[in-house]
Amino acid sequence: MNSAEHAVRARGLVKRYGDKRALDGFDLTVEHGTVHGLLGPNGAGKTTAVRILATLLRLDGGRAEVGGVDVVRDARAVRGRIGLTGQYAAVDEILTGRQNLEMFGRLFHLGGGQAARRAAELLEQFDLTAAADKGAGQYSGGMRRRLDLAASMILAPSVLFLDEPTTGLDPRSRSEVWESVRSLVASGTSVLLTTQYLEEADRLASRITVIDQGRAIADDTPDGLKATVGSSHLEVVVTEAADLPAVVKAVARVADGEPETVDAERRVQAAVTDRVAALTDVARTLQDEGIAVEDIGLRRPSLDDVFLRLTGDRPAEESAGDETGAAA
Amino acid sequence: MSDVTTTGGIAPVTPVPHGRAYWAVADTLNITRRYLTHFRRQPINIAWQLGFPIISVLLYGFVFGEAMKVPGGEGDYKDFLMPGMFVMTMAFGFMNTAMGVVTDASKGVIDRFRSMPMAPSAVSAGRGLSDIVVACAELTILALTAVAIGWRPDNGVLNAIAAFALLLLLRFSLIWVGVWLGLVVPTPEAAGGLYAVAFPLTMISSVFVAPSLMPDWLAPIAAWNPVSSTGTAARELFGNPGAGGSSWVEQNAVLMGVVWPLVVTAVFLPLAVRRFKRLSR
Repeated sequence: MNSAEHAVRARGLVKRYGDKRALDGFDLTVEHGTVHGLLGPNGAGKTTAVRILATLLRLDGGRAEVGGVDVVRDARAVRGRIGLTGQYAAVDEILTGRQNLEMFGRLFHLGGGQAARRAAELLEQFDLTAAADKGAGQYSGGMRRRLDLAASMILAPSVLFLDEPTTGLDPRSRSEVWESVRSLVASGTSVLLTTQYLEEADRLASRITVIDQGRAIADDTPDGLKATVGSSHLEVVVTEAADLPAVVKAVARVADGEPETVDAERRVQAAVTDRVAALTDVARTLQDEGIAVEDIGLRRPSLDDVFLRLTGDRPAEESAGDETGAAA
Repeated sequence: MSDVTTTGGIAPVTPVPHGRAYWAVADTLNITRRYLTHFRRQPINIAWQLGFPIISVLLYGFVFGEAMKVPGGEGDYKDFLMPGMFVMTMAFGFMNTAMGVVTDASKGVIDRFRSMPMAPSAVSAGRGLSDIVVACAELTILALTAVAIGWRPDNGVLNAIAAFALLLLLRFSLIWVGVWLGLVVPTPEAAGGLYAVAFPLTMISSVFVAPSLMPDWLAPIAAWNPVSSTGTAARELFGNPGAGGSSWVEQNAVLMGVVWPLVVTAVFLPLAVRRFKRLSR
């Protein structure tokens, strides 16, 4: 059924709210069978983009296809092949987990028998069988998200939209959700994931689009993005603050630029190209000078560095918008 | 949707092929079933929802019963009050509709429905149908309670059925007010404030007291309140005392008991539909 070249293809999406452009010529391509991360500050347009692709919002310009089907002209066909998990666990909290899945199954037009079978299957797959006949309102946050994910998977969609699926979850629930997402992708589903947590994108996504002010400002693999920020950092933390000037001098000899000093943490850091040589050189110098070192090491740039470099460090509150999630 | 959706590892499921009209009805019934299952899951809610009118009947009937006089001076106040209690229960129903809709909207359940290949109309139609089923149950219990304390419809079975039909018609029209409000107010907490509207809406009417006994400036407002028309019409059809009144609207209560709900529906059904469509703006 899926002859399309890409799972999702969006070109020049525009969405206006009054004078403000929530999306301003946004492009996105999601390959089949991958997790594609969509990162951006609050109000950058992440949720708007997902809602347009999931047929919940009309677009004001541009063109979007999901599995080769136009989201505007054939919204109903798109709805038959997507799953959506939003920022809230959109399940009925009075019904049991099983009743939820059976209801959604019947509304996906599976018919009673098939809906019941599918519900049992998904409860098993998402490790909810033991709680199947409890009210969803009594579920933990992680269980509710898993039920929400299960509801998105009833038709085994070819594309799954996950809009901040782990916001507000504790670390354990978060890794449970990650596990579920990985197994879905292993079974062939493509995922578009928006998240506030860069670590999450780093772990799950094979490709990342960074969105800011309604536009895609970068699109690469996580490693590719990190490479654009530059090389590794050398970090030295000393025991005595008085030694900092000497450390700066030692680091400056091998650094690419001016070393940066964080006085409060007694830390000196700088970008280095020849990683191991720089590390051994600085370590030897400090030892020779008898400086007490608390910690010394190389740090690869994180997605946080990429994110800050690309979007600037504007505070999240400054950019008002459609997104309601917590600050990154 | 006749295509088989398969993704490796997950067993294939096949949507059943039927026409759009079939699914519009089936989806509506499934949403209705969802809300009715709520009552089965939380029997305490039935107790609340059905218990409130019973308590009201007993409370107002016995507390006010001896003190209040039926307008015109003849008959028992309890006989005057019962149709008023029926119509008040129907009128308050819009709160339940609004609450259900705003809860779904704020939790993202409506968005989930909208992202699914189901009939969009079923979301509200299913809610409305379940409201009517609940209203029938409420009226049955109210009527039985009323009969138990001595109320009687004295005007024949057909007129009594017509009275209940008018009560349900009022409830039907208020479904759309509730759906619209549910989509307008931002949170369930904010929706709770709607009781401030619901109380005057039902009290400034003929539910407890005839408008002719109210201050001059208030009387016409009460008389023209749609709730009054249904209440007065029900009294007339049940053959209960105090149905009359001097104004045109009171003398044509049965007519207005049909016209008002149709007007309310004509205004609020399109408003609710428009609001629902605006979700995609």
